[in-house]
Amino acid sequence: MPLETIIAGVMVASLVLYALLGGADYGGGVWDLFAFGRRAREQRALIANAIGPVWEANHVWLILLVVVLFTAFPPAFAVIATALHIPITLLLIGIVLRGTAFTFRTYDVQRDEVQRRWSLVFSIASIITPILLGTTLGAIASGNIRVENGVVTSGFFEPWLAPFPLAVGFFALALFAFLAAVYLTIEADEGPLREDFRLRALLAGVAVGLLALIVFVLAGTGAPTVRAGISRSSWALALHILTAAFAIGAFYTLWTRRYRAARLCAAAQVTLILLGWAFAQFPYLIEPDISITSAAAPQSTLQLLLAALIAGALLLFPSYYYLFRIFKTIE
Amino acid sequence: GTAILFAVGAVSGTVLSFELGLLWPGFMGYAGSIIGIPFSLEGFAFFTEAIFLGIYLYGWKRIPPRAHLFAGVMVAISGALSGIFVVIANAWMNAPRGFRLVDGKPVDIDPIAAMLNPAALPQTIHMTLAAYAATGFVVAGIHAFMLRRDPDNRFHKAALAIALVVGGVGAILQPLSGDFLAKRVAVTQPVKLAAFEGQFQTETSAPLRIGGVPDEDARVTRYAIEVPYGLSVLAYGDLNAVVKGLNDFPADQYPPVAIVHIAFQIMVACGVAMMLVALWGAWRYVRGRRRKQNWLHSKWFLRVLVAAAPLGFIAIETGWTVTEVGRQPWIIYGVMRTSEAVTPMPGLILPFITFTVLYIFLALVTVFLLLRQVAASPRDPHPRAQEARIAA
Repeated sequence: MPLETIIAGVMVASLVLYALLGGADYGGGVWDLFAFGRRAREQRALIANAIGPVWEANHVWLILLVVVLFTAFPPAFAVIATALHIPITLLLIGIVLRGTAFTFRTYDVQRDEVQRRWSLVFSIASIITPILLGTTLGAIASGNIRVENGVVTSGFFEPWLAPFPLAVGFFALALFAFLAAVYLTIEADEGPLREDFRLRALLAGVAVGLLALIVFVLAGTGAPTVRAGISRSSWALALHILTAAFAIGAFYTLWTRRYRAARLCAAAQVTLILLGWAFAQFPYLIEPDISITSAAAPQSTLQLLLAALIAGALLLFPSYYYLFRIFKTIE
Repeated sequence: GTAILFAVGAVSGTVLSFELGLLWPGFMGYAGSIIGIPFSLEGFAFFTEAIFLGIYLYGWKRIPPRAHLFAGVMVAISGALSGIFVVIANAWMNAPRGFRLVDGKPVDIDPIAAMLNPAALPQTIHMTLAAYAATGFVVAGIHAFMLRRDPDNRFHKAALAIALVVGGVGAILQPLSGDFLAKRVAVTQPVKLAAFEGQFQTETSAPLRIGGVPDEDARVTRYAIEVPYGLSVLAYGDLNAVVKGLNDFPADQYPPVAIVHIAFQIMVACGVAMMLVALWGAWRYVRGRRRKQNWLHSKWFLRVLVAAAPLGFIAIETGWTVTEVGRQPWIIYGVMRTSEAVTPMPGLILPFITFTVLYIFLALVTVFLLLRQVAASPRDPHPRAQEARIAA
């Protein structure tokens, strides 16, 4: 396999990990906003404890993704950053507000009105950021970012301000909220609180299903090439069946209160959705003008980058495992 | 405190990595493959830092003390490495190496040679020392402030001593590293050196100018104290060395001289002041031990420490102004102009204002929360001194 394809694979892997781990942290913010009823305070406390020790580390997957993108595929980075300047800028503001509001809330006075103010900033940013992230990815898949001689010709609005990318945005939000609710059923060890999040997970699961349908329909005109890839390729049917199986599995296990199995199913479902997109778009980084090969950096850079990624992974994964072993329930 | 600063830093790091492309797509499209590697390494260092900081902050009760200490050490190491990798990338912009230009495109790319560029070593040393010195002085200043109210608080005394050792060693070594860096700049970017010094005429035995205001129209630097031979000696180690002046460079290839010269003067002044404070502190400590006196029982010493607290950060900010403005009009020295790298996006003033307002707000909240933490810092756990005072 060519080096550039391997590195593109690493990027997909870090996107998947960002969705599974960082995405769930955003989902936590969503449930912070929708914390209500007699246990609203306990719900918020559970979310804060779950996110606190890990969100910064989880967030670095996104930074890694960007850094690998601009090292291995510099022209693709330049094009994305130019064409999607506006949604990415808004995304960054969301990221900044989410992280700082969460930390400020932890360390500000514990009076209710102060906490509520930071909570509001934190949770609204947690909702807007995934939408923008999804929109950005949707625009990259849409085929509407056009490039001629390295210059973006499709303007600063058209590629992303369209039904398909925005639908992908809401789809991403639903997925993150779903993941968070499923994970939180495990974080909560007492009955009623766990039931709260079980209910939320089931509802979010329904939203995921509906939005997946909407995205698929809109892709017909909004992202025809990627949809063709998902619909007609030889591997597509197998992938659909597998994804559907995990989706049903997630519902079933939540219904029967087998939470660890539910977590596994939900994570597998999200992973397969992202992999499906990645395979459908292969070999393009940005449909239809920038491919993995055309944007690849010279071999000398790719070799060194791969070596750095391997060395980094050897350091990273044990540390990461240690972090999660201290704070999370791992099976 | 660390948690707040790191959270703001972590999200700002994300902003930074994206903004490289949002603002400078031309630069990243061109240079990403050459200097992406140090950024990737920085990514891993940052990852390690985030992981162990999570463990350090939230793990007090969950892991044994040794493991906790280990987490702290990992945070310190990976934090320092992060900074070093990023500065290496910046050094490459000052001294681009590791590629050949063919028809305006980089070929034969060698990322290792790019990382080992001649500016990398002096710049990383200079910035790492600066970081320790600046942080040490801020922390020392805060504890000095608290000690003025509560002179025998052992927590503040111990913390001040640690901070002043870290900051003081940095401050005392910094002039050496600055000299090393400036000698390198004299070779790699002579036009930048000339701007540091407001040197318009090319001359042998050039003087070192302290202070002064460069006048770009009249092409002289006025009101400066001139130390004869100073610049020739410092930059080249030779009384009679020729220092090239700005007049020998095309007008479209040198930076805004006044900004660079004045920022440079401020940076050096802050650095010298910090070094003197550090030496004074060392002298007080040694004398205090010999005479068995408390070296911190001096109203003036504590006052000066409080006053010196912001100097390091002023020096860092002016120092970055010196190196970045001093490189203009280039984004990659001698290779790519800043104007060629900038995004075609119109209306950039809008995100500029938004981010400025956002960061002013974040800075105010951060300072407010930190001040409250300082005010809530521990009282003396062994209030012998206080009892003694009450008894007296």
